[in-house]
Amino acid sequence: MEPQSLAFRTRARRAIADPVIATAMQRLETGWQLGRARAAAALPEFDALRDAAVAIKNHALSHLDLYLEAFERRFAERGGVIHWARDAAEARAIALSICREAGAKTVTKSKSMVAEEIGLNPFLEASGLQVVETDLGEYVIQLAGEVPSHLVGPAVHMTRERIAELFAKAHGGPPKQESAALVAEARQVLRRRYLEADVGITGANFLIAETGSIVTVTNEGNAELTQGLPRIHLAITGIEKVVPTVEDAFTLLRLLARSATGQEFAGYTTFLTGPKRPEERDGPQAMHLILLDNGRSSMLGGAMREMLRCIRCGACMNHCPVYLATGGHAYGWVYVGPMGSVLTPQFVGIDKAWTLPNASTFCGRCEEVCPVRIPLPKLMRHWREEAHRRGLAPPTARAGLGLWGFLARRPRLYRLATRAAAALLGALGRRRGRFGRLPLAAGWTGSRDFPAPEGQTFAAQWRARRGGRP
Amino acid sequence: MSDRPRVALFVTCLVDLFRPSVGWAAVELLEAAGCRVEVPEPQVCCGQPAFNSGDRRTTEDLARQTIPTLEPFDYVVAPSGSCAGMLRKHFPELFDEDPAWKRRAEAVAAKSFELVSFLVEVRGMRKPPGRLCVRATYHDSCSGLRELGVKEQPRALLRAIPGLELVEMEAAEVCCGFGGTFCVKYPEISTKMVEDKTRRAEATGAELLLAGDLGCLLNMAGRLARRGSALRVRHVAEVLAGRLDAAPIGYGKEG
Repeated sequence: MEPQSLAFRTRARRAIADPVIATAMQRLETGWQLGRARAAAALPEFDALRDAAVAIKNHALSHLDLYLEAFERRFAERGGVIHWARDAAEARAIALSICREAGAKTVTKSKSMVAEEIGLNPFLEASGLQVVETDLGEYVIQLAGEVPSHLVGPAVHMTRERIAELFAKAHGGPPKQESAALVAEARQVLRRRYLEADVGITGANFLIAETGSIVTVTNEGNAELTQGLPRIHLAITGIEKVVPTVEDAFTLLRLLARSATGQEFAGYTTFLTGPKRPEERDGPQAMHLILLDNGRSSMLGGAMREMLRCIRCGACMNHCPVYLATGGHAYGWVYVGPMGSVLTPQFVGIDKAWTLPNASTFCGRCEEVCPVRIPLPKLMRHWREEAHRRGLAPPTARAGLGLWGFLARRPRLYRLATRAAAALLGALGRRRGRFGRLPLAAGWTGSRDFPAPEGQTFAAQWRARRGGRP
Repeated sequence: MSDRPRVALFVTCLVDLFRPSVGWAAVELLEAAGCRVEVPEPQVCCGQPAFNSGDRRTTEDLARQTIPTLEPFDYVVAPSGSCAGMLRKHFPELFDEDPAWKRRAEAVAAKSFELVSFLVEVRGMRKPPGRLCVRATYHDSCSGLRELGVKEQPRALLRAIPGLELVEMEAAEVCCGFGGTFCVKYPEISTKMVEDKTRRAEATGAELLLAGDLGCLLNMAGRLARRGSALRVRHVAEVLAGRLDAAPIGYGKEG
């Protein structure tokens, strides 16, 4: 997907004016945001779990090579085949060749952000395959030709009416009114697809080094049907997903659903360890796993290292006032909200996404709720520094900052300038106490009055009244 | 340290320029808490606008300019969680590659405080000097709340004012949309945020909206005044000190 992040402000403006998005975002606030607060409050050891999770991920990342090799060994012992992909193009090519070798026509897919990251669907479709998303939200946005607007709820921005229209168009028949009827309709259509599919593609929430297992987490059970019914299961995920032990995975699982939706545990959590064995009745004949780097190994040694702890729960966006104002599509690429503002510059380049890390008040709520305590504001600030170094901000903003910096470094001059500004604005605004309009301040005064200074600076008053004596 | 500590008032650039009344309220509160207050020079700005704009060089220059000014004092106190957070949390981060300056930054950081939490936690203030009969609501400014844990201290002091009724707004901990330069870089988002915030403040039926950071206060006052709201806005220090001679923020002689 070609990133549209530079147009963030325009896209955000449009989104803010859209009542459908506003309603959807209110649902997030009353649903998942409140749910997380309740789930965290109900678990006395929640913060201790977070500390444990940070330690697990930090340890795994410090010995990533070791755990990846251990995982690969166990995975292969269980009959799985690993494919290492350096970048998106390599991962896509591997996925296609696996589908081609299987003679696949239809591919089912359960939700995978890594697949979005590498643009897998359009690539496979352009190569003649039919790709069917099986997560209900993903299925809906696939029908609509859209991209996910949320990590966990890709179709949070959609209304029931719009989904009913999409279903009526795709499946025939009159639009359904009830949510239950829509779900039943999707289930009926998708069940057939599961059976037709030659390859099932899933993501992976965790990889477990000690057992060679892949862990998938869903609320719909679609990952199980996607990986278990077709002949071939192809999983695709990032190299940072490996954890040492089953117990580690459980620690993270206890945090994942609570942080994401406020559930104690997601509806379906499955540990997949190799393809079907001879004595087993169900399961795929072959299991492949694409392990994607795509810049992750370079993040390990750099300022973005802590971002590799991310378990993709979406809590940061559920609590972000900017995301909750704009929705996910304003961000213009695959990853959205605070985690997206950190990851998008990493994956598409800061020159194509410098707007995103700038679109934060640094209010710190994302860091406050992050289950693995990623310092998201600090990482966004790092990108701002990179953008500043490269001169990516508009010239007016740079000039303003430059002038302010010039004055701030010269305290005497600064004092003269602020005295003059306070006196001038103070005199002009003395009667009303505020301005409806000010030159160069349209960004402020478009929607807010500008409070007038009192007239004298504190420094001047202090000197006059207390100058010289402590 | 004597029981009358020497306190450097870090006025903050916004208070200095817009609302010196807040500076004087801080002086009175600190003196009421038994401190000797000085306003050392040069004081310009903690450098946060540069820091948050990614301009590390200017940030470091301003930190090097500010740190020596504040070193001679027992404490440094700012009527702002945001600027105090810059001194306390971020100054030391700036000098990871400069051990000498890092030590100096850490020493200043360790004795830097946000005003209200300093009064309560360090000076043990229980009853502020202010007197005011009013229904008030308090907005938690982000940096003070999340970087410094300023939450209960202002509420405790406000509740100790006879006649003041403190009512909580919904989502008091959610950002008002100021965010320094954010409010002019992304005015539409900022407006949506300050609109939500001020509507929630109004819904409490309070007459007065308080907070501990002038940036947030200017933003919220500007929005409320634009809408012609009856809700007035002041810095919490003004009420705690009982210093209400200046008109509410955004209002003048003629209202």
